[in-house]
This record gives sequence, C-alpha cells and structure tokens, in this order.
Amino acid sequence: MRVGVVTFPGSLDDRDALRAVRLAGHEPVALWHQEHDLHSVDAIVLPGGFSYGDYLRCGAIAARSPIMADIIDAANKGVPVLGICNGFQILMEAGLLPGGLIGNDHGQFICRDQELVVENTDTRWTAGFQENQHIVIPLKNGEGGYIADEETLKRVEGEGLVTFRYVGINPNGSLHDIAGLRNDAGTVVGLMPHPEHAVEEGFGPDTDQAMRNGTDGLTFFTSLALEGVLR
Amino acid sequence: MSAPRHIDSVEHAAATPDVKLPYAELGVTDSEYQEIIALLGRRPTSGELAMYSVMWSEHCSYKSSKVHLRQFGQKMTESMKKNLMVGMGQNAGVVDVGEGWAVTFKIESHNHPSYIEPFQGAATGVGGIVRDIISMGARPIGVMDALRFGAIDHPDTARVVPGVVSGISFYGNCLGLPNIGGETWFDSSYQKNPLVNALAVGVMRHEDIHLANAQGAGNKVVLFGARTGGDGIGGASILASETFGDDGRPAKRPAVQVGDPFAEKVLIECCLELFEKDLVEAIQDLGAAGISCATSELAANGDTGMVVELDKVLLRDDTLTAEEILMSESQERMMAIVKPELLEKFLAVTGKWEVDTSVLGDVTDDGRLIINWHGETIVDVDPKTVAIDSPVYNRPMERPSWLDALQADTIHTRDRDNTSAGVMDQIRSVLSHANLQAATWITNQYDHYVLGNTAMATPDDAGMLRVDEESGLGVAIATDANGRYGQLDPRQGAALALAESYRNVASTGATPVAISDCLNYGSPENPEVMWQFAEAVTGLADACVALDVPVTGGNVSLYNQTGETPIHPTPVVATMGIIDDVARRLPSGWQDDGENIYLLGTTSLELDGSIWADAIHSHLGGIPPKVDFEHEKSLAELLSSAAHEGLVTSAHDLSTGGLIQSLTEACLRRHVGARIWLSELQERDNIDSVTALFSESQGRVLVSVAREDDVKFQGLCAGRGIPVLRVGVTDATQSALDIADVGVLGLDELHTLHESRLPEAFGPLVGGRA
Amino acid sequence: MATIIIEVMPKRELLDPAGKAVHRALLRDGISDINEVRIGKRFELHVDGAATDAQLQAAKKIADDLLSNGVIEDVVDIRVEGN
Repeated sequence: MRVGVVTFPGSLDDRDALRAVRLAGHEPVALWHQEHDLHSVDAIVLPGGFSYGDYLRCGAIAARSPIMADIIDAANKGVPVLGICNGFQILMEAGLLPGGLIGNDHGQFICRDQELVVENTDTRWTAGFQENQHIVIPLKNGEGGYIADEETLKRVEGEGLVTFRYVGINPNGSLHDIAGLRNDAGTVVGLMPHPEHAVEEGFGPDTDQAMRNGTDGLTFFTSLALEGVLR
Repeated sequence: MSAPRHIDSVEHAAATPDVKLPYAELGVTDSEYQEIIALLGRRPTSGELAMYSVMWSEHCSYKSSKVHLRQFGQKMTESMKKNLMVGMGQNAGVVDVGEGWAVTFKIESHNHPSYIEPFQGAATGVGGIVRDIISMGARPIGVMDALRFGAIDHPDTARVVPGVVSGISFYGNCLGLPNIGGETWFDSSYQKNPLVNALAVGVMRHEDIHLANAQGAGNKVVLFGARTGGDGIGGASILASETFGDDGRPAKRPAVQVGDPFAEKVLIECCLELFEKDLVEAIQDLGAAGISCATSELAANGDTGMVVELDKVLLRDDTLTAEEILMSESQERMMAIVKPELLEKFLAVTGKWEVDTSVLGDVTDDGRLIINWHGETIVDVDPKTVAIDSPVYNRPMERPSWLDALQADTIHTRDRDNTSAGVMDQIRSVLSHANLQAATWITNQYDHYVLGNTAMATPDDAGMLRVDEESGLGVAIATDANGRYGQLDPRQGAALALAESYRNVASTGATPVAISDCLNYGSPENPEVMWQFAEAVTGLADACVALDVPVTGGNVSLYNQTGETPIHPTPVVATMGIIDDVARRLPSGWQDDGENIYLLGTTSLELDGSIWADAIHSHLGGIPPKVDFEHEKSLAELLSSAAHEGLVTSAHDLSTGGLIQSLTEACLRRHVGARIWLSELQERDNIDSVTALFSESQGRVLVSVAREDDVKFQGLCAGRGIPVLRVGVTDATQSALDIADVGVLGLDELHTLHESRLPEAFGPLVGGRA
Repeated sequence: MATIIIEVMPKRELLDPAGKAVHRALLRDGISDINEVRIGKRFELHVDGAATDAQLQAAKKIADDLLSNGVIEDVVDIRVEGN
C-alpha cells in the first residue's frame, strides 16, 4: 500500500511517521502541504509537530492548507486518514472529527509513556488490535486536553466513537479520559499519543522485557492491510 | 546612546577627529578605544564603534581567555587529531564517526539572560547553539542541557527553574529535537547567576561539511531568516563584560532576545534543502553581535572582504538606527555566501519555505569590510581586526589566599559513624540531597522521542543517538562538571569533569573520542578567578592529552558572580563517543534476577568535596579525588569490549554520591532490587562502611553480569588489569536494596528519596511516575 | 486608518485551563476578591480610511471562519475603532 505523510511547515514527526509506514511494510510517500496532489496514496497520515508554530490555534492554519481540501475530499470518499497529535488537532479543525483540543490542565508540556486501552477495533487503523487491549504509546504535548460540549460528548460516547482512552493517569485533563476518536465510518482516526514512536525495538517505551522495547505502535500501520480480512 | 542627527560616515569621522563617542558606555576601555583609532588611522564612526564594542566584548572575543585557551591547540597530539575533521575556530567542531558520517557538537552558555528572563534566556540559548550546528552543514539531531541553579529551597530559585525548564522545553520541543540528557545542580554559589549551558549535536555526510569562510570575489552575501528588530541590542558587550549594579539596577540594561522556534524549525529545513542542493558556498549563523559578527567573521575567516548595503536588511522595526541594526541580536537569522549564478535557485528554496531573504552585498578581494547606509559608507575596516585580532589580555593571576586553608580543612579527620543505624541515616540524607535527585520533574517536559533515533536518554549515563539506520552506528554524549571540586582545586576539578563525562560515555559501551567544553567562571578582572580559570584550562588540556580526546570547540562564560562573589569554578565538559551498533549499548540498570554485580576499580578514602560531606556536615574542604587516566582509558576499553561481546547486562558509573547512589539508580532503573555485601570491598581496599558507600573515588563502574558470562568477564578484567570485585547479586524477588550488615531499603522508599525534592520545591510532578 | 477589533473567548461551558492557572496565581499573591479569570484573544484588522459596512461583514465571516473555532470558542465582540 502507498501511505502518504503530509509535511506542513513546523511538522516534526513526519520523518518518524514515514519510517513507521516503511517498517509496517508499506510504501511511504511524502506529501507537501502546498500541493493538491495526493500521489495516488491508499491512506494518509497527518503527523505530529507544531505546524505553523501553533499560531492562532493548534492545527488551525494547517487545516486550511491547499492539500487539506483534497484530503477532506478523500476522507469523505473513504480513504483512511490517521491524525497524530497535531494531526488530530488538524482533523478537528477541518471538521473531520468532533470536539476540540485545549492546553493541558496542568499547564506544562508532558512527555511520558502512556498506557491506553483500545476501545474500538472497528477502524482501518486499529483492526489489528484486540478489543480493550492495553497498549503503551509515547505521549508528548502541551495542548492535549480533549474537550467537547455535553451534546457532542453524548454522541461520541453513545456512538462508540471513542477509540482510545487513557489508563492509569490522565496526562492532560481530557474529558472522559478520551485519548483518540474515530469517525462514523471508522476510516478517520485521531489520537494525541504517538504510535510512530513505538515501532522499532530499542527506540520505543521501556517494557518489562527490555529497555526501550515497546512496539505497540506498529499495529496502527499494519492494521491498514487488514481490510476485509477480519470482518 | 542617541543616534547622531546626521549619518556618521567614514568621511565625516575622518573630518571630525575631536568628536567624543560614548565608547565607555558600550563597554570599550580607554586603551581599546585608542587601539581602534590606531587601527583605523582616525576615530571610528559610530557604526564601527558599535561593531568593535560587541565583537571585542568578552563574550565574542575571548580576550581574557584566549591566551590560556591556546593550550588546547598547542598540546594537541597527532593521535588526538585522528578523528578530527574541523577543529576550533569554526562554529562547531566536526568529528569523523565512521561509515562516511561526521558529527558536530558543541556546548554553549546563555547564563546572564537566563537570570533576567529565564524562559526566553534559556529558549534562545537552545536556539543559538542549534544554529551553530546547522551552520556547519549538519542536520541537528539532539540537544542536552547542563543547568546550575541557586539553593533548591530559595524562593528565587523557584522563579528561575520553572522558567528555564519551560523555555528549553518550549524551544527544543518545537524544533523537533530530542532532549537526551544533561545535569542539574543546586548550590547557593549560583544564586544570582544560574548557569544554562546548552548543547546541540548534528550529523552530516563528510562531503556536506560547510565552513564559515567567505570566498570568491563577486559571490553574494545573503541574509535570511527572521526580520531584524531591536532584540538584545548591546547584549553581548554589555552583559558579558560588566556586572550588575548593587542597587539592583543593572549597570547596563540588557535587552533580552525573544525566540520563535517555529521560525527556526523552518530555517533548519530551509538550510538543509539549500545544502542538499549545493547552493551555499559558506554559511554563518547570527548569534551574539548579529550582523557585525556574521559579516566580519565570514570575511576574516575567508581572508577576503565584503561590501554590504545595510539598507537591504529586512526590518521588523523601521525606527532602528544603523548602529542598532549592526548590533541587533534578533534570533533565527543566517548569513550565506552564494555564487551569483545560483542565487535564483537559492531564492526559490527560501521562497518555498517562506523565509524572508535579502541580498545584502558582495564578497570582494580587497580585504576590507565596507558597510553602506543611506548612500554613505559608515563602516570601512579590516574584518580581521574586528573578528580575529581582538585585544588579547594576559590578566593578572593570583592563587587565592584562602586556598591553602581550604585544602587543609579535610573532612577525613572527623569521626565517622559506621554503626548500621548511623549508616542508614546517612544513606537517607545523602540520597535525598538536591544534587542527587532524579531529573524527572524536568525531563517530563522534554520530548525525547522525536526523530526516532534515541537509543538512550536520561536517566541513563549518557544520551545516545543512532546515526545510521542501516548499521546502527551511533554516538553517545554526556556532560559533567562539579563546582565543589573546582572550588577545592580548579586544575583537578577540570580534569575530574572530563574523567566523569568520559566515564559516563564509556559506561554505555561507546568509545569516547572528542569533547566540547563550556567554562563558567567569575570576573576575569579578579586575579583569583583568573588563576582558577588558567588552572582549569591547564588541567583540562593535560587531561585531554592523557585520555587522547581533543577539544573540538567550546565556550567561555566569564563574569558569573553573585554580587562580588564569583561562582564556583564550573568547567562543563561534554564528551562524545562512538558505538558501532546502538543495539549493543549497556543499560544503566539491571533487570534480570540472579545476576552477579561487580564493582570495577578501587575505592579509597575520598570524601572531601563529596555530597556526603555536604549532606552530613555541610562541609566543603580538603582536596578532591584523584584521577588515574591510564586506568580510565583501560576501563573504557573494557566496557566497550564487554558491550561488543555482550558480556555485561548493565553498567553504571560511580561519581557524586558514590556507591550508594549508583546502587540506588541501578535498582530503580528497571525496578529490580539487589543484595549487596561490602565486607570484601572494605577488606580489599582497607576502608570502613561510610567510605565504601559514600566515597567519590574515580575510575569505578558497577556492572551486572549473567552467570554464564562470569568467567569470561573476569578474564576480560584480568587481561586489562582492571580491579574487579563481586559485591552482590540482583534480586527481582524482593523489591529492595539489601546491604548486608547495614540495612534494607525498599524500592518504594528509594524512589521517594530519589525523586521527591524537585516536586517539593517546584510543583507536583506532571504525569506521575512513568 | 481604522481598526476592526474582534474578540474571541473560550466557550463559557468549557474548560479554560489557562484562565484557571492565572486565577491560582492571583490567589497565591493574596488577591481573593476576584472570582474567576478567563482568557481570550483580541484581533486587530487594520484598514485604510474608515471601515466600510462591507469590510465589517467580511470581518464577521473572517472571525467565524478562521479567527475562532466554533466548537470551542465564541466571537464575543466585533467593533470599529478610529473610524
């Protein structure tokens, strides 16, 4: 599969996302925010970072980049899109996922290995997990507090759109411990933690087995290839 | 300083020799002013004076330290040069790490701004050192920070620490650079003068190394990056050359620079694309002294001249005078020398990244730096006199009168409580000392994952980054300094800083190959400080020869004082090492049950200057530990072999806090306890329990070895003449550190002792225990 | 030269962690008669001459489309200064 990773000015984890795509056995395709060309990719990743320096609002300016029009279009046609951290913020600014993200409740940037529970495996990016599987994924952000009004929260919970929830510690004050969401179709997924940082032994979170051994993030990318197999 | 009503051109200056310029206000001494007049053959214009004042400041010219720093070059042996591709004199040194890869790294200070405005001071410190790395042609791949603050419980420390940490966090994280390590130290010596030493490391292919030499008459001088504003005007000369007035008002008010890491991130990507497309002949970043520095250094290093139209500089603030533009320290700017036929392509790249760019002028071959403003020449100097041939001072030095008494005041003659209850109390006091605390409160605010190549980071002994994804080739870096040792013996203190950071790198399994240093001292106008500085440089230069590692570049920060009192001599040494495959690195803590724990090296009574002496007796006196360089080298070679052959499952070096600290950290790293006995150690080395646990003898490392590798490992030690003694076994069944004949400390208690002080002082730990 | 001022505040019913942090700081400084602090943004759009009705209409659209995120923010004021 060809998987595109978009670079906006200020994107930071684009190179890591490209590596994750490659390690999962797909062909990584670098996409530039100014272009309208999606280069026939089968799936798209909006990576983490500080696009446009978080000016105005996180992801606000990036969400209005030329390429986003094409990505929104593709998403509406069922192309899988994964938004990681800043990418999650961009998806919400673009209206592809419900809710918003504000500053961490404690006011600091936090980098930690975060335990999550995968609540929904009915998505292109989580099909490879077991339902309610616990995973450990690095989290690093200053503006990670998921927020939504009562009505939206009801709908999100009621329709099972919550895909990941924080376990043990809520690192940023997100409502209902929500760490990530999906759209109704299960093709668009956004989350604050960074799966692309847990794809290679020796460079991921510590595990009981060994230092920096965690690779729970790889399943996000290998799940893509599972369409039609599990269901 | 008010701008003259008309332009103070060169012509005007020549015609009006009697005009009095306010050189003293800019930090230029009488004799320096006379020197400038002699060099120019007339009085300087105000623009020229502005340039000389910043470029001849202590911070930029190293005028008080140069004469001593020469030792680094003079004492360099052929062997030390073997991996060195670019030495001192450029923006940063470059080391060959193998497989066609070169690594550049440097550590630099941003101390005074961090006291005034901790957030921006620290943030722009990171920005500045990263730009130094880019300007060598490298992609920056990591940062580290060595921090020193006042007493941990002082209210002002609570102002400075969160600001500095969030500043480093803000800037480093936004640049997408993993923070892989550093150190934090609290001491009242730094109360009014915190030290923020920032390190950056970058990587490039050999053929991509860029130098800051403008060459080729006709080539274009291009300024790109952020627009120029009124940031930090005169910061360099004013901050670094004067102390603050005692009435609380600075003698000269420095303007702090404000950083925009997004602008720098874009600048990094833009520069890397320029390098990739081979569009740059030479490049220099703009740091202290801004345009004055970039133009004069590029021209001087290239042995050429330059003509610059200052009007072409893109401004944020239209009201800036020419002098202010010349001195401005606005961040996130670079200056490149570009062949005229490549200019269009250059501009296409900066255009793509939406980076403000302007062509300021041309490189010439007449050896003069000419700057024009509003149609008149306001600067016409030989760039070498500005950038290279600044005054060199051989300031008076005097061994401090108090030093003999201090060195005679050893803690060794005082009785030590060796009862088990007494030792347990001392353990608790020492482990909870502010300077032995985990840095979690700080490092939880730093991204250590970005770029996906972090093989080791805090709390491991060194930061380690993979350089080549195919082969696993990597580099390890550690920074160290101990101001208390420096105060007791400045020469030995510097040697110890190197020995410790060298050993930290070796403990990961990497082979140390080069260093960078940041020398933080008081006022050079104080002969005792000058003596301390000279001693340190000598100690460090000699230690470099003994350990066969060159100084690749570094930084000197003087005038660090709290009132009239200079800080403790604090020579921060950053050692870099190479490892063939990061997969072979040695974790700093054991994780498997039933492995043997060995102590390499020997322990003697060396408690002077130790954490124990401070924690138990509030004492600083005597002489610091000795260093055996041959032994440190053999130890490093042993660890490298052991890592390569997979004989050792963890290695953790001993330094401040002695054996108890290393045992604690090794247990807590993977949360696996140990059963330890000291009887054989005490007998072999003829020491008591207190000495065994708290002495800070050098050349020691704690390793864990799987049973099946015992024989081979002991053989390896014997072969290299490294003293080795089994001191315990790992024990995953009981979560405790059990020291025979002393007591048992649960891992939870150890965790509390090791982690509580910073949250207590600065606020709850965000995100809890990892 | 006129200026169109646009003020955006976080939605009343949602969290304002920055505002809370500032409030806590005031309390630490002994200021106890301020009940709440909320932090928003002020935008200035500078135009030549007097601001026209068309420009004001456009400003409203700009405020809704770009300067505020309707999910988490409200545009609480749009006014002209210097007309």
